Amino acid sequence: MSGHSTYVPKSPVMKWFESRLPLFGLIHSSFVAYPTPRNLNYLWTFGGILSFMLVAQIVTGIVLVMHYTPHATMAFSSVEHIMRDVNYGWLLRYLHANGASMFFIAVYIHMFRGMYYGSYKAPREVLWILGVIIFLLMMATAFMGYVLPWGQMSFWGATVITNLFSALPIVGEPIVTWLWGGYSVDNPTLNRFFSLHYLLPFMIAGVVALHVWALHVVGQNNPTGVDIKNPAKDAVPFTPYATVKDAFGLVCFLVVFAWFVFYVPNYLGHADNYTEANPAVTPAHIVPEWYFLPFYAILRAIPNKLMGVIAMFSSIAVLVFLPWLDTSKVRSAVYRPLFKQFFWVFVAVCVGLGYLGAMPPEGGYVIAARVLTAYYFIHFLVILPLLGLFETPRPVPASIADAVLAKHGGGAAAAVAMGAASAPSKK
Amino acid sequence: MDIKALGSKDWGANVAEIATAEPTRRDFLFIATGAVGAVGVAAVAWPFINQMNPDAQTIAAGAPVEVDLSPIAEGQIVKLFWRGKLIFVRHRTKKEIEEAEKVDVASLPDPQPDSARVKDGHAQWLVVYGNCTHLGCVPLGNQGAYDGWLCPCHGSVFDTSGRIRQGPAPTNLPIPPYAFLNDSKIRIG
Repeated sequence: MSGHSTYVPKSPVMKWFESRLPLFGLIHSSFVAYPTPRNLNYLWTFGGILSFMLVAQIVTGIVLVMHYTPHATMAFSSVEHIMRDVNYGWLLRYLHANGASMFFIAVYIHMFRGMYYGSYKAPREVLWILGVIIFLLMMATAFMGYVLPWGQMSFWGATVITNLFSALPIVGEPIVTWLWGGYSVDNPTLNRFFSLHYLLPFMIAGVVALHVWALHVVGQNNPTGVDIKNPAKDAVPFTPYATVKDAFGLVCFLVVFAWFVFYVPNYLGHADNYTEANPAVTPAHIVPEWYFLPFYAILRAIPNKLMGVIAMFSSIAVLVFLPWLDTSKVRSAVYRPLFKQFFWVFVAVCVGLGYLGAMPPEGGYVIAARVLTAYYFIHFLVILPLLGLFETPRPVPASIADAVLAKHGGGAAAAVAMGAASAPSKK
Repeated sequence: MDIKALGSKDWGANVAEIATAEPTRRDFLFIATGAVGAVGVAAVAWPFINQMNPDAQTIAAGAPVEVDLSPIAEGQIVKLFWRGKLIFVRHRTKKEIEEAEKVDVASLPDPQPDSARVKDGHAQWLVVYGNCTHLGCVPLGNQGAYDGWLCPCHGSVFDTSGRIRQGPAPTNLPIPPYAFLNDSKIRIG
């Protein structure tokens, strides 16, 4: 990418600093002069929204820790203490709890956007895999965070998820005992989850830095899937164009976030988690937080314990191989008529699995979950490899500028513009 | 060895050269240093890994507990904890014992006769761990198709001997180590 810095320090102090550490030049080339495809839509604002949510979760989390007690006998009441006694404690906790859900809403939109526009294809494979790693770290962080209030759902969620490892032959039981620090989920488990819940967001921040770095090496994808060929025609500077658009997208997103926090702060949670953890009684219906439901449905769809666990982890691991499973040379679904349909079927299957994950595991729900689980894997392992071989894509525009002008110019003007714009690329 | 070759970036060529020659004192030192270094890293890593295993206090809490059975009425299931783990003590009725004994053992997912799950002469007392062998939820007593236990989480069904009959749980509810001190008292652990 031709994003090298045009930053020239003006004051003598800045010149002195820049010649010793070119920090402002790096910021300038990454977030000011950086060439951004001119045709990005609002789905591209979710990267910025996710960065904001990570910072928001870290800030609210750090202040919550100032009032929280990570001990099995005190954790539950310390959370109630935050809710009732601490100044604005209710706000901080609701921001943090709903912030986790908002974080996942944003990351799922971000991931589906990447799938729709083929953002994982060469040369963006490493960028995509770093994203999958961030997603895994997010899941681990969210799971451990949910255990900390030490309510019934916290306790039994921790029991069920850590017991997944007991499915492993021979090493399973020692691993589970090691994870628990005892013979059941108890105070040692709570303590280590607290420690790791504090650590993992900073690891996420580190991988996000790599993710952004990889993005700035290969450049952003865009709705056409065509690379920037002529920055003067195809791209606009990151500031002000992308920064302002990202800011507007973020504000709209925060309106939704605020609606949850101030009007339905417990809508995405479970009433059972306002009952203190009791190792003698399991709640009648235990379900994970909504963002884990599709994976939970896959786990329960398989009647064999070990195979269920393997299927659940495979459903995430398969994402790593997506860049190679999709054999089509065309990136964007806009020019792939068949893939576009299969994409929306896949989205529906994921939503369907989420619904089934919340339902009791009996009768028709189990059968439906098995069908959708099978389809989930068939999409990645059969449909995507074959589509690339059999699908006839529509003609892809020669450049981003061509696509934009064809869409927004009149018929004849667009044709002229297309001819004019595509001519240089033929030379 | 050639110092210049060592300084160059082409380590591969250098290694190939060593492989063909007689091992030198330098090779020995290189491998020995690496081996000692690896042992050192492993030795330092172990405390950081092992600190997560059950600590002395948790293990000490596993001292045996004595349970007086006399207040437990026929048909009743009592929950208690040993080593932080939930244990069911079930005073089985005659009917429940019969149901558990008459099953064709070979037809079970985890074949085990009822006699192997209770102590001789104490068939009315069933002592089992109270966490489902699937993912650890607490099954509900006197429920399910076999009147044993039904796990509310993922639908595993256990009979009156605590054996898995239906659902995703792979094994029977395990039996904790225990012994009868006299007819109305057991010691768990």
